[in-house]
Amino acid sequence: MHLAYPAVLAALLFCTGLYGVLARRNAILVLMSVELMLNAVNLNLVAFDVWLRDTLHTGQALTLFTIAIAAAEIGIGLSIVLMVYRNRGTSDIDRLRDTAEGPAADEAAASALAQKAAQEAAQKAEAAA
Amino acid sequence: MSHLAAAAEQGFLSPTGVEIAFLLVGIVTLGAAVVTVTTKQLVHAALWLVVALGGLAVEYLLLTAEFVAWVQVLIYVGSVVVLLLFGLMLTKAPIGRSPDADSGNRWAALVVAVAAAAALVWVVVDAFRTQWIDLEGPSQGSTRATGEILFQHWVLPFEALSVLLLAALVGAIVLSRKSDSDKEQR
Repeated sequence: MHLAYPAVLAALLFCTGLYGVLARRNAILVLMSVELMLNAVNLNLVAFDVWLRDTLHTGQALTLFTIAIAAAEIGIGLSIVLMVYRNRGTSDIDRLRDTAEGPAADEAAASALAQKAAQEAAQKAEAAA
Repeated sequence: MSHLAAAAEQGFLSPTGVEIAFLLVGIVTLGAAVVTVTTKQLVHAALWLVVALGGLAVEYLLLTAEFVAWVQVLIYVGSVVVLLLFGLMLTKAPIGRSPDADSGNRWAALVVAVAAAAALVWVVVDAFRTQWIDLEGPSQGSTRATGEILFQHWVLPFEALSVLLLAALVGAIVLSRKSDSDKEQR
């Protein structure tokens, strides 16, 4: 078999996953796209292992490891998404902008810090009284 | 399809049966993947992902990596997609069409993906134009060969991986458990 077939298919699958990661809004759909990218890498590993006739079968061993790591990743990722959904009521990535940088965010953080400092000062004053 | 372009470049060599099968299954896989990342119905995306991952398992079989193919079917089609479906249902994903499935930067994402695909395909086809995979002879990925290699030369990474899986299991339980402060609020 020509080596270009699996290599080109893996490249196209990877770019499909890349598009999904960048364009999707729901966190679970982003996780699906990450799975597609990982699978493209797996296809490359298997194809190059068979092509090189590696006596250690490095490619296939690494494919199995990648599959296990992907399973761990999807478990942790889904539990994080579920926790975010429970706390915020949404799994929409565009709306999770608490750590976004920008002038408005800086002002909000500064005002929050000032508020916290004022609260602490008030508590100290109460304790002193 | 750049698949067909790649095949046309090598037109002086008639494609073998395995290559034709690989090409057909690859087109189905790629189509299912594209539908997965573009469909507006969230549950359908998970079901198309099953088609894409199953197609990849067939590609592994065509590359004579049978153990990896069955692991792919068991783990991806069997458990990862079920987990994703559970996640979709637990976050109350709408069953019908959801108009806001794609974010506003879709066109920028499309430009990035198409540019990356063009660059990668060009480089890969140019680099491996004269390389052929020899699929004759004893199977490269039979369960016997994979097992012997995995437990002779890859034992230490294998054990480290089991620790990683345990850590992921504990982490997922801790994250998804309701904390004590939640209970006090209710």
